Amino acid sequence: MNVALKPILPTPALGEERLALLARLTDGLSPADLYWVSAYAAALASLATRIPGHAGLAVVADAPAPAERPAERLTVVYGSQTGNSKRVAEKLAGKAEAAGLTVRLLRAGAYPLRELAQERYLAVVISSQGEGDPPDDAIGFMEFIAGKRAPKLPQLKFAVMGLGDSSYAKYCAVSRDLDARLAELGATRFAALGEADVDFEAPAATWSQGALEAVKQALSVPATSARPVSPLHAVSAPPLHSREKPFAAEVLENQRIVSRDSDRDVRHLELSLEGSGLRYAAGDAIGVWPTNPPVLVDQWLSALKLDGSREVTHEGKRLPLSRWLGQERDITRLTRPLLAAHAALSGNHDLQRLLEPDHKADFAALLESHQPIDLLRDVPAAWDAEQLVAALRPMTPRLYSIASSPKLVGQDEVHLTVAVVEYERHGSKHFGAASTFLAATGDEARVPVFIEENDRFRLPADGSRDVIMIGPGTGIAPFRAFVQERQATGASGRNWLFFGNRHFSQDFLYQVEWQEALRNGSLHRLDLAFSRDQAEKLYVQQRLREKGRELYAWLSEGAHLYVCGDSAHMAKDVHEALLDVASVHGGLSADDAKAWLADLLQQGRYARDVY
Amino acid sequence: MPSHLEHIKSESRLLRGTIAEGLADPVTGAIAESDTKLLKFHGSYMQDDRDIRDERRRQKLEPAYAFMLRARLPGGVMTPAQWLAFDALASNYASSGLRITTRQTFQWHGILKKNLKASIAAINAAAASTIAACGDVNRNVICNTNPIESEAHEAAYAWAARLSEHLKPKTRAYHEFWLDGEKLVGEEAANEQEPLYGPTYLPRKFKIGIAIPPLNDIDVYAQDLALIAIIENGELVGFNAGIGGGMGATHGDPATYPRLADIIGFVRPENLIALAETVIGVQRDWGDRDERKHARLKYTVDTYGLDVMKAEIEKRLGFALEPARAFHFDHNGDRYGWVQGHAGRWHLTLQVESGRLLDTEAHTWLSGMRELAHIHTGDIRLTCNQNLIIANVAAEDRDAIDALVARHGMDGYRKNSGIRQHSIACVALPTCGLAMAESERYLPQLLSRLEVSLDRHGLLDAPILLRMSGCPNGCSRPYLAEIALVGRAPGRYDLRLGADFQGQRLNQAYRENVDEAVILEVLDGLFGRYASERTAGEYFGDFLLRVGVLSEPRKIPLKVNA
Repeated sequence: MNVALKPILPTPALGEERLALLARLTDGLSPADLYWVSAYAAALASLATRIPGHAGLAVVADAPAPAERPAERLTVVYGSQTGNSKRVAEKLAGKAEAAGLTVRLLRAGAYPLRELAQERYLAVVISSQGEGDPPDDAIGFMEFIAGKRAPKLPQLKFAVMGLGDSSYAKYCAVSRDLDARLAELGATRFAALGEADVDFEAPAATWSQGALEAVKQALSVPATSARPVSPLHAVSAPPLHSREKPFAAEVLENQRIVSRDSDRDVRHLELSLEGSGLRYAAGDAIGVWPTNPPVLVDQWLSALKLDGSREVTHEGKRLPLSRWLGQERDITRLTRPLLAAHAALSGNHDLQRLLEPDHKADFAALLESHQPIDLLRDVPAAWDAEQLVAALRPMTPRLYSIASSPKLVGQDEVHLTVAVVEYERHGSKHFGAASTFLAATGDEARVPVFIEENDRFRLPADGSRDVIMIGPGTGIAPFRAFVQERQATGASGRNWLFFGNRHFSQDFLYQVEWQEALRNGSLHRLDLAFSRDQAEKLYVQQRLREKGRELYAWLSEGAHLYVCGDSAHMAKDVHEALLDVASVHGGLSADDAKAWLADLLQQGRYARDVY
Repeated sequence: MPSHLEHIKSESRLLRGTIAEGLADPVTGAIAESDTKLLKFHGSYMQDDRDIRDERRRQKLEPAYAFMLRARLPGGVMTPAQWLAFDALASNYASSGLRITTRQTFQWHGILKKNLKASIAAINAAAASTIAACGDVNRNVICNTNPIESEAHEAAYAWAARLSEHLKPKTRAYHEFWLDGEKLVGEEAANEQEPLYGPTYLPRKFKIGIAIPPLNDIDVYAQDLALIAIIENGELVGFNAGIGGGMGATHGDPATYPRLADIIGFVRPENLIALAETVIGVQRDWGDRDERKHARLKYTVDTYGLDVMKAEIEKRLGFALEPARAFHFDHNGDRYGWVQGHAGRWHLTLQVESGRLLDTEAHTWLSGMRELAHIHTGDIRLTCNQNLIIANVAAEDRDAIDALVARHGMDGYRKNSGIRQHSIACVALPTCGLAMAESERYLPQLLSRLEVSLDRHGLLDAPILLRMSGCPNGCSRPYLAEIALVGRAPGRYDLRLGADFQGQRLNQAYRENVDEAVILEVLDGLFGRYASERTAGEYFGDFLLRVGVLSEPRKIPLKVNA
């Protein structure tokens, strides 16, 4: 090894002695172990260069003890439709356990995909359905591994067993694909790919035996004594990106999360922050600089009879008008200055009257119900391009409460829950700038983003505190982050979520995740209010009142309470409900209830993120 | 080792499990997996819309769970008032109208969990039930509905109803869950018993059917307990009894197979209940509880041998069965159109494609039958071929009913091709969890293509028995069809041929795992030969055997335990 080292790399100033030590260290190591050693050294180098004056080893010594490397164990995963693969996997796991190995057995749908990158020994038993499809429960597992986000797997040793039916053209296609793909990702086989036809028992037993022997041999070798370092241990560096210098985040996923029969559209977006240097915490928001819908820009140009290619100079910036309207100006929100300018230009008396002090209510109603385009269409005015750009407000970023915890998904990834604003009014389609922009993003799209910290909306530092979260509609977003965070940090306090929307079957946002959280104990209570599933409308505040006794008890014992979502109605109604709860179950007078809630606010135990 | 399901049953406290908790859980439209097994005994399957299963997974939504509900309707007979109640349930809670099953009852699909109790209560309010419409118990007892002799039918139907009632599970769980029955507590709960079935019920489902020769419209040989009414001088004198019929099989598993019942003797009416209880008792005690795929009575019969089974039944009965009496079957289809019964009453049999009653552009079954139920004074019957009979009509009312039937496009029986009139399809996708391929949704389309071929060969009116099934479990009794398509994968079927027209001979696999193009090509060739080489009155299945397209069917060897 040391012989090969010299010609390839320019020799650093290591000296003969250290080179010899290095040669001794690396002699006979497997490729996986060599990768690990190189990552170890890279991490040391990274730490040493970021904190000048510290020798690498000293930094590692000072750093908190790195997380324990997961015990050397065999993970057995099965993808089963009829239960046959499950049985084979169960048998294998049973035998491995009997042989004294540490084993975990998981169905493919329950396998924590993020752990794949650390997995060391993985056996998968999986069947192929029909024309080469994976079992329902394994679709996500297979998609992840086949997809572009699958991690490199040099650390992984694996074995795959496929069950199939040779009367189909694509016999055992799923297991064959999986086996090949894992190898492609850098993993090595500890047992050859096994396959079994309808009569699977005997071949499955043979394969299991072989796989078990191989694992037994591998795991009885004492593990390397070196302890791993955590190469990404926090080191603060000045942010490369900010509101003014947004990061162009790649869209990893843009998924509708309401059913096909829902008349509204809500998207779950996953953005990559990789390489941005951006960091966030659960409770923070993400700022998005939208591009206005091209359709809307066209509507403006045609309503105003202006040429989009016409260059316009404003405050020293020269751009085509269409670019001004598309990226640089806010054209979806009606403002008083714009209305005033339009009223003046058009000479329309009705509009002008609306601006007078005694027509405040009508004016407010107009702002609430109209976008600028409605005005431009209904009341013609002779704008010229320069005037227009000057009168419009500069584009502002839109903020979305982040729906992920970096402690669970990693700092390189951020999730958003976006209600797509798109509706028919005054005879034409209306769009929300950012939501329409985000909803239209496809593969490879990039979105300009930055992190907006929200220190007032943080989980209690004391993980043993209980948490109550009230987040109807897309107000659910930060609570997805909170529950993830509490799970990732192993917080011992209980988590209680109140969620509401219109229809159970259509817009129960993140339904399967909440179900899983209830199962795995990261969510303790979930109360739901679907407003339109019955004759009487029903909202979360009603659930708060119904559960008032326990709610008050939780709060009396120090629980933190959070509200996220609509500020116009929901937050007020929830506030009223909380006052009622204090009166009814705490025996407080109206004034005392107010004082009690104000005190919770003061203590930071009643936090709101409403918009 | 007893199967997983045996544990679920034995720990269920007579079919309770945690169903009540599951119904009350607002976070999911489902109930616990183990409870779904128990819910079957209450007459309901949990299903989901498989068309959108993957889409909803991506949407982070659980599958679109809903419940199928099946009525227990012995002999398929109901009053117009009951029809209206069932129709209302279809409109209020179900997603796809009324469905006539191949066991002579109604099935509703798409009922949400929150509406399940109200739906079951509505069925009970209409003096019917759903108890044991599914599950490891005696199911809906079926009975010939379109008799040559009406009076004999009345006697036989009365026995179907008595059997059905007598063999119902006795657990109070049904009343507790659905009918606000009081919960048993303390000693009462501890002492609650299931006298016939015991705490683990049967190893598998159990089906009883009564045929009245010469009609075998119920496919009596497909029943676990096959009863053939023997009518002598216009009087019901007893039943020939057969055991061990059943349709289900599993692709690629030769240990599973369809099987026709074997006649073991004759029983007089007064001993019928005792015989049924005894056969059920032997199956309860001897049936395979380790392997569900091997648990139907047919496998028990083949495991122990017919003689041993018969001897055990007679031993438990305390008397020997008399020798079987002579009978003869003409066919296993329905007799369409008007048929006269006794006392000058008339019965009209209508063909319902795949048993689906819906309002569409082509026909308005739901509206039409609703209108009929408001004026009809007789009864309404469902057949095992998914059709319906407007029964007991006075001669003077016939014209009005004919007009109503025509107005609502329910007169397909007059117009449809021979093959269409003799077709059955199971429900399959998107609701059935077992389906591997389309069935009911695809059959009309396939029939249209086959009709082109049949027309070319001058066979458009030839009565050819075709049955389609989305999986090999056999709800549409495909193994007794002259042409059967048994689903393997989306768009692919096993093509089976050569059953007879009387429901007395199983068909054989002719091509495995083929697509529509192959099916059409193969059948077109065979239709051509049938058209030119058939003898007078020769049925398609018989023809295929005579000319050697198929060999004489293999008898399935009986395994006899030492």
